Amino acid sequence: MDNKGLKSSTGHRGEKIRSDCYIEIEITKSSGINIELKSKVASLYGAEIKNQISAMCGFFGLRNAKIFLEDYGALPFVIEARFEHAVNNLFPSNEREYLLPYNKNNNYISSKDRLRRSRLYLPGNEPKFFLNAGLHKPDGIILDLEDSVAPLEKDAARLLVRNALRCIDFYGSERMVRINQLPLGLKDLEYIVPNNVHVILIPKCENPDQVIEVNDHVLRIKHENNIKNDIYLMPIIESALGVIKSFKIAAAVKSNCALTIGLEDYTADIGTHRTIEGKESFFARTMVVNAAKASGIQAIDTVFSDIADMEGLKQSVIEAKSLGFEGKGCIHPSQIPIVHKYFEPTPEEIEKAKKIVLAFEDAQSNGYGVISIGSKMIDAPVVKRAQQTIRMAVLNNLLDENWK
Amino acid sequence: MKLIKNSAGRLVPTEVNSQKQIPFKGVNKYKPLGTKAKPPIRTSVDYPENGNKNVRNLKEALKKAGLKNGMTISTHHHLRDGDILTNYLFDIIHEMGIKNIRWFPSASFPVHEHLIKYLEDGTIHHIEGSMNGPLGKFTTEGKMKGTGILRSHGGRYQAVQDGEVHIDIAVIAAPTADSFGNANGVNGKSASGLIGFALVDSEYADKVIVVTDNLVPFPCVPWQIQGNNVDYVVQVDSLGNSSKIVSGTTEVTKSPDRLLIAEYVAQFIDEAGIMKNGFSFQAGSGGTNLAFVLYLKERMKKKGIKARFVRGGSTKYLVQLLEEGLTDYILDGQTFDLEGVRSMRENPNHINTSPFTSYNFHGKGNFASIVDVAVLGATEVDIKFNANVVSHSDGYLLHGIGGWQNCLYSKCSILAVPSFRDRIPVIIDKVTTLCGPGELIDVVITERGIAINPRRKDLIKVMANSSLPIKSIKEIRDEVYSICGKPSKLEIDHNKVVALVKWVDGTVLDSIFKLKKK
Repeated sequence: MDNKGLKSSTGHRGEKIRSDCYIEIEITKSSGINIELKSKVASLYGAEIKNQISAMCGFFGLRNAKIFLEDYGALPFVIEARFEHAVNNLFPSNEREYLLPYNKNNNYISSKDRLRRSRLYLPGNEPKFFLNAGLHKPDGIILDLEDSVAPLEKDAARLLVRNALRCIDFYGSERMVRINQLPLGLKDLEYIVPNNVHVILIPKCENPDQVIEVNDHVLRIKHENNIKNDIYLMPIIESALGVIKSFKIAAAVKSNCALTIGLEDYTADIGTHRTIEGKESFFARTMVVNAAKASGIQAIDTVFSDIADMEGLKQSVIEAKSLGFEGKGCIHPSQIPIVHKYFEPTPEEIEKAKKIVLAFEDAQSNGYGVISIGSKMIDAPVVKRAQQTIRMAVLNNLLDENWK
Repeated sequence: MKLIKNSAGRLVPTEVNSQKQIPFKGVNKYKPLGTKAKPPIRTSVDYPENGNKNVRNLKEALKKAGLKNGMTISTHHHLRDGDILTNYLFDIIHEMGIKNIRWFPSASFPVHEHLIKYLEDGTIHHIEGSMNGPLGKFTTEGKMKGTGILRSHGGRYQAVQDGEVHIDIAVIAAPTADSFGNANGVNGKSASGLIGFALVDSEYADKVIVVTDNLVPFPCVPWQIQGNNVDYVVQVDSLGNSSKIVSGTTEVTKSPDRLLIAEYVAQFIDEAGIMKNGFSFQAGSGGTNLAFVLYLKERMKKKGIKARFVRGGSTKYLVQLLEEGLTDYILDGQTFDLEGVRSMRENPNHINTSPFTSYNFHGKGNFASIVDVAVLGATEVDIKFNANVVSHSDGYLLHGIGGWQNCLYSKCSILAVPSFRDRIPVIIDKVTTLCGPGELIDVVITERGIAINPRRKDLIKVMANSSLPIKSIKEIRDEVYSICGKPSKLEIDHNKVVALVKWVDGTVLDSIFKLKKK
C-alpha cells in the first residue's frame, strides 16, 4: 500500500481535548516506520502506544511512513479508530478493518420488550463521553452518528462508534446507534451491524419503505457476517408526514421494538416551535403512542432538552407516562434517575394491581365468570392493565418475579 | 546522597540541604519532644511608644530586618493565585543582590512561576512549602539548587517548633492592618478570609513584617495576627489580584462522573451511620468535595439531622449549611469564595482557625482527630490504600500537601477520586510518591466502585447490605488496568532527590526523584 508523498491527518487537537488524539501519516520513500509521539501519558504508556501503531502499520501494509501522534489520553480503541481513518483517507479503496477484541463484559443480548425508560444520547465522535456513560445506568446508550456529528466527521465517527461497540463496557445498558438519514445511514449499517449493536434508531422516518430498507440491509449484513443475535429497530418520527404514516411505520417490520418521536424537527415541520405546555405536539405524541400500541411495540417520548430544569423534567415524565409512553430520551446523565423514578409504577399502583391479578386468578381457578374486589366489578381491560403494571414493577425491581 | 529505606519501605536520604533527616518510623511512632525552638524575646521599650511601626516601603523594612544571604523568608498563601506581594518581595530581594534564600511559603500557586528566574539565578536556594504547577515542573527536572521540602499545614508548624526551619523574616500579607501590626483577612479590597497560616511565623520569626493595602487606625479588629508580635508595617497600593484571591463564586462540578462520586460519598456517610445529630465533617474546595456537601445536605434535611460543626475550606455551600441551621459552626481553615469571607466577617459562628488549633502535631491535641469524617482528594491510591497528593503518575510534582495529611487523622477518612483520569490510572499497584500511609485511609470512593480498607471491619460490616458498589480495591485496580492498560514503571534517577515529603511528625516519608530525560 505504499504511495510516497501521500499525507493525511485526522482526529482532534487543542487545549480542551481529552481522551482523544490527533494523528498524521505521511508515506515516505524509505527508512521504514518513524513514530513521533507527543503524549501526556508518554511515561506510562509510550511504549504500548508505539507498539500499537507498529502493529496497525503492519496490518495495513504501511512499510515506510512518518507518523505523528498528539495524544490527550486516548485509549487504544480511539487511537485505532483515528489511525484507521487516516489510512482510509490515504487509500480510499482500503476495505480492511482492524478490529479490536470484544469487551468480555458486553456478551449480554437484548430483548424486544426490555425496559427502555431512558436512553442517553452521546455524540458519536466524542470519545470522552463514551467510557463512563454506562456507570449512570441508563437503560440504553445511543451512540449518535446523525445530528451531533458534523458532515465532515461522519467517516471518523463510524469507526469510533464501531470500536466503542466492541471495546467499551456498557455496564448492562442496551447498545444503540442512531444512524444517519437514508441513504447515508445505510453505509453506517456496515460498521455497526457486525459489531455488537442491539438497537438501531432510524431518524426522520416518513414511510414504511425506509424501515423495510434498513431491515433488509440489516438482515443481509447479519447473514454475511454470521450474526445470530437479534437486532431491533426504533424508527423516529420527526415530521407531519411521519406522524400521519406512523402506524404503517411501526408495523413495517417485526424487528421494530419501539416507535419514538423527535419534537425539534417535528415542530419546525409544522411551522411552530416547542412550548413547555406542548399543545402543539399533543396530536403527534398521541398518534405515536397509538401507532406503537396498535403494532404491539413500545412508545418512547422525545428528549427533554433543558438539563438544568429537573422539576420540568419530572413533570414532563409524569405527563409522558400518563399519555402512554414508556420511555424518554436523555441528553445528560443527571436526567436518568428522574426519568426512571417517574416511569416506575407507584407503590399504590403496584398494590392495587396485585389485588386485581390475584382476584382474577382466584376467579379463574374457581370457574367464576365475574370478578369483584369488595363491591367493585373487575373487567378484562382492568385485569390487562394490572398485569402490565405488575410486569413493569418486576422489570423495575420493585417486585419479585415470584411475588404471589 | 545516602539513601536508606524507611519503615514504609521508601528510599529516603539521611541528609539534605546540610540538615540531618529522620526517616519515617511509622504512624505515631516518633515523638519529637523537647524545646528546640523559642520565640524571640523582646522588650516593648524598644518599639515606638505611640505604636506606630510604619516603614516607608518593603525594601526599607527588609533592610531594617537585617536581610542577609542565606536567610529564611516566609510567606503565606491566603492570597492564592492572586498573590502579587510575594513576587514583588523577591523582585526587591533580587534587586538588593541577596542570594541563597530559603523560601518558606505555606503554599505556592501558578502565579509564582515569576520566581523561577530567581531560582535559576541563585536568589532562591530552595523551597520548603509546596511546589505547584510550573515550580513543580522546575523542581522535578532537578533544576533547583537545594532540595525541596513538602510539608502539611500542621507539619509547617511542627517544623518551626522543632527548629527544622528557623524563620529569619516573615512577610505577612494583611488585607487589613493598623500601624501597630494587628491584622486580619476579613476586611479590605484584598480580603482573603482568614490569615491563620501566618500565625506560627508571627510568633517564632526573628522579624515580622506586616504588609497591607488597607491601613486602618488602631485598633484593627478582629486581630487574627497580633501586633505585639510584629516589628514593621508597610503600606502598599495592592497586595494582589482580588478576583484570584477568592473566587467570586465557587461552583460545584458539572461532570456527571464526579457528581456520581459525590453522590456515593453522601450515601456512604449516611448509610455508615456517620451522619447523625451532632456529627462533624470536613469538606475541601475541589469540585467533587463541594458536590458531596450538596447531596449530604439533602439527606440531612430529609432526616432532620444537624451537624455540630463543619470544617472548611469554606465556600458558599458551607455558609448555606450554617445559615439554614444545618450546622452550629463552621471551623474554617481557609476561605475560598466571597460568601465565605462575608460569613466569616458577619457570623460569630463562622470561626477562623489556624494550623495550630487544627493540625499541629505538637499541640495538646488538635481538631483534625475530632472530626467524624473527612472527604479528601488524591492523585493516586494504591492497593494498600497508600495515597499520593503531590505528584502525578508521570512523576511530576504538581500539588502541595495542604491540610491533607493532618485530616487523615479524622475518625473516617474518605478519598473521593476518579479511578483514572484521561488514561492516567489513579487506583494503582504502588503510589509514585507516598504522602499518606494506608493505615489512615479508611475508604476510597470512585465512580467504578467503593473500597473499604480491610482494617475497618466495622465499616465493612455496616455496609454489607448497601446498594453501593462496594468492591475490593484490587477489583477496582483491575478494572482500571483493563481500560487503560498496565502502566510502565517510571524511569527515575535514583541518584538525585529533588524533594522530600515529610510526615506530620517531621520524619521523611518519601523522596521525589529527578525524572530521567527520555
